Amino acid sequence: MTMLPASTEKKLGLVIDLDICVGCHACAVACKSWNSTGTAAPLSDITPYGAEATGTWLNRIHSFEVDDGEGGFTLHFPRSCLHCDDAPCVPVCPTGASYKREKDGIVLVDEDLCIGCGLCAWSCPYGARELDDGTGTMKKCTLCVDRIDNDDLEEIDRVPACVRTCPTSARHFGDLGDPNSEVSLLVAARDGVALMPESGAKPVNRYLPPRSRHPERSSAPVRTPVEDTSGASGFLAWLDRALSD
Amino acid sequence: MPDDHRRLERRIADMPPVTDEIVTTTCYMCACRCGIRVHKKDGKPVYIDGNRDHPVNKGVLCGKGAAGLMNHRSPARLTTPLKRVGARGENAFEPISWDEALDLAVSWLKPIRDDDPRKLALFTGRDQSQAFTGWWASQFGTPNYAAHGGFCSVNMAAAGLYTTGGSFWEFGEPDWERTEYLVLFGVAEDHASNPLKIGLGQLKERGVKILSINPVRTGYSAIADEWVGITPGTDGQLVMAICHELLRTGRVDLDYLIRYTNAPWLIIQDPGAADDGLAARDDNGTPLVWDRRRAMAVPYDDPDAAPAMKGEVTLPDGRKALPAFELIARRCLDDAYTPEKAAEGTGMAAADIRRIADELAQAAFEREVVIEQPWTDSWGRKHERMIGRPVSMHAMRGISAHSNGFHTCRSIHILQLLLGSVDTPGGHRYKPPYPRHIPCPAKPTGKPDQIVSCQAMPGMPLGFPGGPEDLLLEDDGTAVRIDKAYSWDAPLAIHGMMHSVISNAWKGDPYRIDTLFMFMANMAWNSAMNTPGTLDMLTDVDPETGDYKIPHIIYSDAYQSEMVAYADLVFPDTTYLERWDAISLLDRPISDPDAMADAIRQPVVAPDRNVRPFQDVMLELGHRLELQGLTAEDGSAKYPGGYADYLVNHLRKPNVGSLAGFRGEDGDLAGKGAVNPDQLDAYIENGCHWRHELGEGHRFFKFANAGYLKEAKSLGLIDDDSPIVMQIYSEELQKFRLAAQGHGKQQPPDSERKRVETYFDPLPLWYPPFEQESETYPLHAITQRPMAMYHAWGSQNAWLRQIHGWNRLHIGRAVAEREGLAEDEWAWVESRHGKIKARVAITDGVNPNTIWTWNAIGKRSGAWALAADAAEAMDGFLLNHLIDDLLPPREDGYRYSNSDPVTGQAAWYDLTVKVTRADQGPSVSEPHFVTLKAGASVAGAES
Repeated sequence: MTMLPASTEKKLGLVIDLDICVGCHACAVACKSWNSTGTAAPLSDITPYGAEATGTWLNRIHSFEVDDGEGGFTLHFPRSCLHCDDAPCVPVCPTGASYKREKDGIVLVDEDLCIGCGLCAWSCPYGARELDDGTGTMKKCTLCVDRIDNDDLEEIDRVPACVRTCPTSARHFGDLGDPNSEVSLLVAARDGVALMPESGAKPVNRYLPPRSRHPERSSAPVRTPVEDTSGASGFLAWLDRALSD
Repeated sequence: MPDDHRRLERRIADMPPVTDEIVTTTCYMCACRCGIRVHKKDGKPVYIDGNRDHPVNKGVLCGKGAAGLMNHRSPARLTTPLKRVGARGENAFEPISWDEALDLAVSWLKPIRDDDPRKLALFTGRDQSQAFTGWWASQFGTPNYAAHGGFCSVNMAAAGLYTTGGSFWEFGEPDWERTEYLVLFGVAEDHASNPLKIGLGQLKERGVKILSINPVRTGYSAIADEWVGITPGTDGQLVMAICHELLRTGRVDLDYLIRYTNAPWLIIQDPGAADDGLAARDDNGTPLVWDRRRAMAVPYDDPDAAPAMKGEVTLPDGRKALPAFELIARRCLDDAYTPEKAAEGTGMAAADIRRIADELAQAAFEREVVIEQPWTDSWGRKHERMIGRPVSMHAMRGISAHSNGFHTCRSIHILQLLLGSVDTPGGHRYKPPYPRHIPCPAKPTGKPDQIVSCQAMPGMPLGFPGGPEDLLLEDDGTAVRIDKAYSWDAPLAIHGMMHSVISNAWKGDPYRIDTLFMFMANMAWNSAMNTPGTLDMLTDVDPETGDYKIPHIIYSDAYQSEMVAYADLVFPDTTYLERWDAISLLDRPISDPDAMADAIRQPVVAPDRNVRPFQDVMLELGHRLELQGLTAEDGSAKYPGGYADYLVNHLRKPNVGSLAGFRGEDGDLAGKGAVNPDQLDAYIENGCHWRHELGEGHRFFKFANAGYLKEAKSLGLIDDDSPIVMQIYSEELQKFRLAAQGHGKQQPPDSERKRVETYFDPLPLWYPPFEQESETYPLHAITQRPMAMYHAWGSQNAWLRQIHGWNRLHIGRAVAEREGLAEDEWAWVESRHGKIKARVAITDGVNPNTIWTWNAIGKRSGAWALAADAAEAMDGFLLNHLIDDLLPPREDGYRYSNSDPVTGQAAWYDLTVKVTRADQGPSVSEPHFVTLKAGASVAGAES
């Protein structure tokens, strides 16, 4: 097993804006595509053209209907590893394959060491790990560790593939350990939340809650017609005044 | 146990570049046309992301675009030309060479051209080369050409172009940067996919209100600040009630209406006369307004006029006339259009309709946007600044796919005009080449004397009728075109009516054709209304001749879609990463409000199969048929280098070709210029796109901005730089109505008069969709595309089918309780036309009288190189089977297409149904068609 570092130099993570996520799956597919080529490859597809296609995804989008007692709303919720400070998946690993990097806090699986026992997935309160049926090893979000420090990419592209592609700009990446980073300021400004804090895992990723989806129905003043007469004649009388000069 | 992870860390640190080479091109996974970068490794595409420099998507990319790799690798790719050997529909083919394939096509097409070119019907589906394919059809000499717009969004295009000279999507977009209020009407995960998402993100960032009017609360509606789950087909009633409320409370932009629309034009009031309802004009043909100060009729463009907006006047010749605006106001203020009346149909509260009207007026008039940019209008008036009404709207298929869609869309534009927001800062902005004059100057071609054996037609098949004289009718008043576009059935069918072709060709109404030639149009499945009936028509044999009623079918597709099985001859197309294409300003442009733009596709890899790009095949076929425009003077092929050659060297007008960028010998001219032999290289160098910014003072009020109009003319975007007066009152519609009332040379037959008179109303109008909910069929049924499958014509994508491999029938909780249906149970859905079985999902996010499903997820067993028991075939289903392609019979038995009576737009959202619980237990969705046997040669999965 591997011990969690007492602290990490950075806490890299994602900030996901649930107010603007339209549930389009762009992030999920960009993740699938990049990580089918990078160090996490392969992300297996099992019987891709068979009766039912299943495969490994490091990021999945769930759409829920939430009953808030006021008519409800629909919520799109992207789910991936939260790179917890107190990641229960790390110490539980019998081979030491799971570890958390001291320099940036990213939680990774060293697949050379992984025996696919699944204990880490079982211990994860967020269901954020997937056992790859093709390789027999555990896969998870790496925050595109092979992009963020990758000199082969233009600097602007050194962000996770999901962040680069998000059409609505609902996904942000940065150091949540630095209170002055853009992501930390965003979390502060929008009252960002940790998912299920009761898990005790101290997730690093943050979600920005949706704004109210309900109009303020009392806000509209009652407008009187332009003239005391009804229908077109009142309007046409007003027109005379409006155009008089 | 190891306590470090040096090997993985080293692998991360030493990771070899993912990419050997990055090649730019344009996506073709939907109709959005985003710029992409294809990353290649060892010569093969391995990763696709968005091109940051591209004007459409600015670097972002949707799930479909990112999954394009798997379409490129699809096992369903066709590999060789195919000739049918079994019965049609059996999917039994033999591979043939390209020479044999082209010879066979010529053996069918040559005699047609020599005899009656109309007997070729060329319909090209989700074609992005319509400027080319339409030209090909006119070179062949057949008017029977269109792409898929007739069942997609022609109501939007037609209503917009005939009202404001523009429309939504590629015609115009919200001023995302400045708008203070956005209304989405019937916008699901469709047209303008990434630009809409980018824009919505911007509005959220600025805290701008987004109101979504949509029966279903998914996607954009889910993040809207307010969702209105309106009853399908009643959006027009809501919009008219908002107009009513704005007029009632005097909150309309009179200055804007007077200056830029025909609201002050004097409309002749002479019931029964041939000029009733037309604009009064002077001897030069200039429309007249009534000058309040001088109390006389003057030309509308008289700079000193103070036009009246109400009041009957007497013209010098004694005729009575009223300003158009009074007619509009009287119509909107009619009791039929009160919020209370609209509440009955829409399912909304009248108070909410009033509140929304109030919010729109507040945004428009109390938060006006000012840009300190002087400009001069077409009448020489100088304006110190640009003042905008920051309300914007976007509307799409939920409006379009109804039989009242044209007028509903028109009423949305009229609402925009009342608010004074069209092409003002913060409003709805045109994208060049729009706005265009009203009506657009190009007329449809295909009058009887324009169709001559062995000759090209003198113009493009599709165009814009300005009145009954422009219809394509035989002397007896029947349709010239096989789809009956531009006939009295659908006079403004400016995108054609692809959904009518098979049915009409099968019936021989108005005549029999010989060859049906289609491209990227899955008419044997999700692109047809009445799919089972369509399959019967495609395979029906004429007992007299023993031949199929549609004798020859040629089909071109890159994949083994359901339609392939019904072809006699298959031209296998390439994937989008293996071809040249132009995203041309002559076709469907990718301009933005500040710039004109176009783009290309370039081959990222060469095909590894015996396939050829469809456009290359058409060029060679045209040459073999000796079509004039495709044959050089010495008889050789005019474009021996294929489509790339055509894109560079074909001129549509002097100095205007497929691509507007890098023209002229030195490649430094924009819009107009001589052929540049290095043009494609210049595009590639520039990331496969080109963008030319408009002058600073030319970016708003384009309809009457003298600087813009002059610039647009010099760039070849328009031929005429006179102002474009927006038609809040539609004289074009009135001309058709007058014909129906017995005026003019071209009149509808008696059986059509009432219909034409009713629906060609020059004033804004709402009427219920033709198919209405009833006691028998109490529920509306509609479809949407999921974002990850938007505008998809292939759910065989290995990644996307993991996200949307099957669909459910989404029903409201009350319907589920009434019918005793639980989550995932099987239900029967019945319409007046058919019956399907599907599994339900219970939702609270839907209009209570509506059910819906994701469109085009269901696949036929055996198609798309999927397993016979693929989830798409077992659990997936289509609503298409429930939708009749025809309306119920008229009194004399005649059946119109199930379409909008103005434009011929397929009305597939008019559907009403009932839902009942089915027997449960092991089951598959129904109807379940016979599995297509393996017959078409496909690539198979890559090892």
